[in-house]
Amino acid sequence: MLTQQEIMMIIEGLRDTLIIVGLSTLFGYLLGLPLGIILAVTDKDGIKPNRIIYKILDLVTNILRSFPFIILLVVLIPVTRAIVGKSYGTGATIVPLVVAAAPFIGRMVESSLKEVDKGVIEAAQSLGAGNGTIIFKVLLAEARTSLLVGATIAFGTILGYSAMAGAVGGGGLGSIAIRYGYNRFQPQILWPSVIILILLVQLFQILGMRISGKLDRRKK
Amino acid sequence: MSENIIEIKDLNKSFVSEKGHVEALKNVTIGIKKGDIYGIIGLSGAGKSTLVRCINLLERPTSGKVIVGGKDLMELNDRQLRSERRKIGMIFQHFNLLMQRSVIDNVAFPLEIAGKSKKEARKKALEYLEAVGLSEKAAAYPAQLSGGQKQRVAIARVLASKPEILLCDEATSALDPQTTKSILTLLKEINEKYGITIVVITHEMSVIREICSQVAVLDHGELVESGSVEELFRNPKTEEAKRLVYSGSTHVLSMTSKKVVRVFFNGQDSYEPTIGNIILETSTPINILYANTENVNGNAVGEMLLQLPDDVEKADRFIRYFEEKGLNPKEVKYDADSAGNNDDN
Ligand SMILES: Nc1ncnc2c1ncn2[C@@H]1O[C@H](COP(=O)(O)OP(=O)(O)O)[C@@H](O)[C@H]1O
Ligand SMILES: [Mg+2]
Repeated sequence: MLTQQEIMMIIEGLRDTLIIVGLSTLFGYLLGLPLGIILAVTDKDGIKPNRIIYKILDLVTNILRSFPFIILLVVLIPVTRAIVGKSYGTGATIVPLVVAAAPFIGRMVESSLKEVDKGVIEAAQSLGAGNGTIIFKVLLAEARTSLLVGATIAFGTILGYSAMAGAVGGGGLGSIAIRYGYNRFQPQILWPSVIILILLVQLFQILGMRISGKLDRRKK
Repeated sequence: MSENIIEIKDLNKSFVSEKGHVEALKNVTIGIKKGDIYGIIGLSGAGKSTLVRCINLLERPTSGKVIVGGKDLMELNDRQLRSERRKIGMIFQHFNLLMQRSVIDNVAFPLEIAGKSKKEARKKALEYLEAVGLSEKAAAYPAQLSGGQKQRVAIARVLASKPEILLCDEATSALDPQTTKSILTLLKEINEKYGITIVVITHEMSVIREICSQVAVLDHGELVESGSVEELFRNPKTEEAKRLVYSGSTHVLSMTSKKVVRVFFNGQDSYEPTIGNIILETSTPINILYANTENVNGNAVGEMLLQLPDDVEKADRFIRYFEEKGLNPKEVKYDADSAGNNDDN
């Protein structure tokens, strides 16, 4: 069985994972939410179409999205070092995760906002609503359940990426699973780490769906 | 200055898309007087929605002028346009309520836009909900309401921005006849109580007949006929207008080959059992193919299509009777080619 020390290590790994994934999701949204809003607003049937802005952001988003995450990790090492001061550990994992997550989140936000009924937007415009009002009180408010489902997916994806980051010196459960489970072949550490990761994804999935279901007023 | 609250001059609108070039509106000129209920009727695709969306510039015309309340809307900047739009309410076929907001918060929405606090907005909103008879649904969400109730909420929401004009784009087209009637009654009330000028867009003649005083007929982007509703019903001049006025009857006509006359009612004639009397008198049954007699602005007007007996003498007897009664009978020639064109609704 696991020693006291190993259990402590797994618990610390869980804590680090939650910090990494939580912060990455947070910063990911700090960048991805505005990105998604601008994409939805400037697209040709958005509320303020702008071909140039849309094309540029669209291209950048696509390029970042098509980078394999493992390559992004390596490419970003100098950037990570510049921001965090070192290229390994918990803090250092967050930088590539945010860079990978932001365009992904941006796309999900864009598609959520584009689901909002054009007629409702038009009704708001006919009432004299400006673009700011429409973004906050119509687009984001009407799309909230879809946005929340998106956030659940983002969280799960970032969690998966964070495990991968463990392979190149990141912190958290993924790193433990790789270091002990794979490099030193200790299945008694590998499996608990993997199972905790799976449970974590499940937990957030269920939680996210519940909350978004509760928030949805479209049902009778 | 003219007395028209809405003045549309030489309006053109064309759409350019991958499929090609569509001229949705061609040289449309309309003047709408303050306080009127003005109908715009046409078949689907005629350009009605485009026209009404040009009145609040949701759609920017390709050329022409849109003057509302004396202001040339195309000259305004964004901020000025938004403030003018608050005076031009709009309701839609599919209601377009905010689905994630409660009924009261939907009505409060334009008040929030106008800068009222949430609390103040809600208080005012409740008054408007009362005005449309829905205050008990304040806490409900739109998904829990029937179509007619949703349209009432949309009307309360529009009233909350204190408009001078209300544009209705097929506002009753998604509703059953009963509900349609109650919404039209509400619109009429609003027109009278608040003095709001109403523009009604529809493909249904019955809607025009029910509440409009003036009407314009739109066909393939062109305004082909306009004038008072009574005049249009009594004497439609253009092919398109005739087709719309008799839209219900052409179908019926295609089923018969016998002699058919159209009779008109106006004033008290509608209240007499005119048709019943002649049937009793001659003890010959006639077939009512189509009837549409209704109350237009206090006058009973309407028309019927009657299939007369095959017997020429008896048929003549009926025609003479209708002439005596001032029903202006006209024999209807059925044109097989134009009959199928009205299956739009
Ligand atoms: N955004 C658009 N892009 C291209 N064509 C359009 C657009 N909006 C309307 N049209 C075209 O303009 C014509 C009039 O449409 P519309 O005003 O919706 O008619 P109606 O409301 O009378 O049914 C139609 O041929 C329609 O296809
Ligand atoms: Mg339309």
